[in-house]
Amino acid sequence: MSLNGKAAIVGAYEHPTRLATDLSVVRLHADVAKGALEDAGLSKNDIDGYFCAGDAPGLGAATVAEYLGLKLRHVDSTECGGSAPILHVAHAAEAISAGRCNIALVTLAGRPRAMMEEAKAAAAAAAAAGGDKARSGPPRTALKPPDPDAPELAFELPYGPATQNLYAMVAKRHMHEFGTTAEQLAWIKVAASHHAQHNPNAMLRKVVTVEEVVNSPMVSDPLHRLDCCVMSDGGGAVIVAKPEIARELSRKSGRPMVMVRGTGEAPKHGMGGIMDLTYSAAAWSGPLAFAEAGVTPADIQYASLYDSFTITVLMQLEDLGFCRKGEGGRFVMDGNLISGSGKLPFNTDGGGLCNNHPANRGGMTKIIEAVRQLRGEAHPAVQVPNCTLALANGIGGALASRHTAGTLIMERV
Amino acid sequence: MRKIPAPKVLPETQAYWTAADEGRLLVKRCNSCGQAHHYPRDICPHCLSSDTVWQDAAGTGTVYSFSTMGAGDAAYTLAFVTLDEGVTLMTNLVDCDPATVRIGDKVRVVFQPSQGGHAVPMFTPV
Repeated sequence: MSLNGKAAIVGAYEHPTRLATDLSVVRLHADVAKGALEDAGLSKNDIDGYFCAGDAPGLGAATVAEYLGLKLRHVDSTECGGSAPILHVAHAAEAISAGRCNIALVTLAGRPRAMMEEAKAAAAAAAAAGGDKARSGPPRTALKPPDPDAPELAFELPYGPATQNLYAMVAKRHMHEFGTTAEQLAWIKVAASHHAQHNPNAMLRKVVTVEEVVNSPMVSDPLHRLDCCVMSDGGGAVIVAKPEIARELSRKSGRPMVMVRGTGEAPKHGMGGIMDLTYSAAAWSGPLAFAEAGVTPADIQYASLYDSFTITVLMQLEDLGFCRKGEGGRFVMDGNLISGSGKLPFNTDGGGLCNNHPANRGGMTKIIEAVRQLRGEAHPAVQVPNCTLALANGIGGALASRHTAGTLIMERV
Repeated sequence: MRKIPAPKVLPETQAYWTAADEGRLLVKRCNSCGQAHHYPRDICPHCLSSDTVWQDAAGTGTVYSFSTMGAGDAAYTLAFVTLDEGVTLMTNLVDCDPATVRIGDKVRVVFQPSQGGHAVPMFTPV
């Protein structure tokens, strides 16, 4: 069953906060749900499907539905880390196409930055009180502790895998295989910063240079601090509706429809130890989405690419076919990702590298900026002229071990 | 020095950790398809046969990738090493200056104690 033209995104909202000291996780989910409903011109009683992932508190979908007072006939809590919202949009289109719901709400929210601040304050208080309760190491911000039943745990945890060093090993292997340089990776951050300067909500609005990126402190070689995304609080929501409803909303509001054209999802993992870190799961999810949409990478005018780290973007550019494998380093140089001057404008909100990475999950903000571009509602300084076809891609999990890619192609109609 | 968390042992991997305490590195191989795999399972991930057996590994391999994180005494090097038996495993590079290591370098297994648990296989340049 093709999902091309079976659903449209009718509402999108990004929470403006980046530090949610006084907002709970469920409140953030509720804030973004309200924002997306208002953006769509809908009320909560119109929602009959709800989608969320592991960042939703308590019992997940039921807990958030209870807080919001939703009456639902379809729920889906597909969990695959940061790419989950991109899969949720595809699954919502499936459910709408199957008649399981008409209007689906997707939310993502979290407060890892506030949690880190709280953990730091608690550690400082414990140290001041005598020290024996002070714990060493960085404060935990993961949503859940490691699962003791995970079969890989014993073969990974003793070695200290963190997100940074796992992605760093992908970057080092890419450099080894293809001659990619730190300066080339830095261009990705430079492009993001050029976009973030126009976003008043972005955490990092200062335009940076290649030199500033490669001279920033080394986090896990070869990745520097400025190769890493921000840690931020907040979230976002989108509303997916069946085309007849989307058409009516579009007629009332005078805003264009954002039609789902292509979707793809795929997990990639350790493959029994027969490992190849030179490609990501996007090499599998991308072709599915392009085939469903009936378009090619050359047709895409704007791309939201998951930017947990600069290397993540480079891998997706190659795996989605925007350039050939191994040529990502040359592709991103000289501002080729900067809107207005480059061939492929990306992450015009500043992305996870500069703007926002709420709940340590970047998939929702990827969709939202693509919707802004297709509606012509991005910041004028970064708006792609006459943007009719856009792509959003997410990588949830860790590139070097197990992760799930989701690809979504959308068209303005 | 970084404290090494004790591996959480599942029933099907007990033999791997018992051997590690004896200074032996094991890999799982499938009698049906002939392929080795890692992490070790009862059921072969390549062909789903339950006819898998433990095999003593040579204990040597090459560096597939690595990255050093942290500074001073807290610095440690996460790595993937491809064993001579063909499987790639997550590990640490130890007893070396990681700045001198290159991808493709030959390494051999060494075993380091964990916190109150089994010994853990790590690798050092040959």
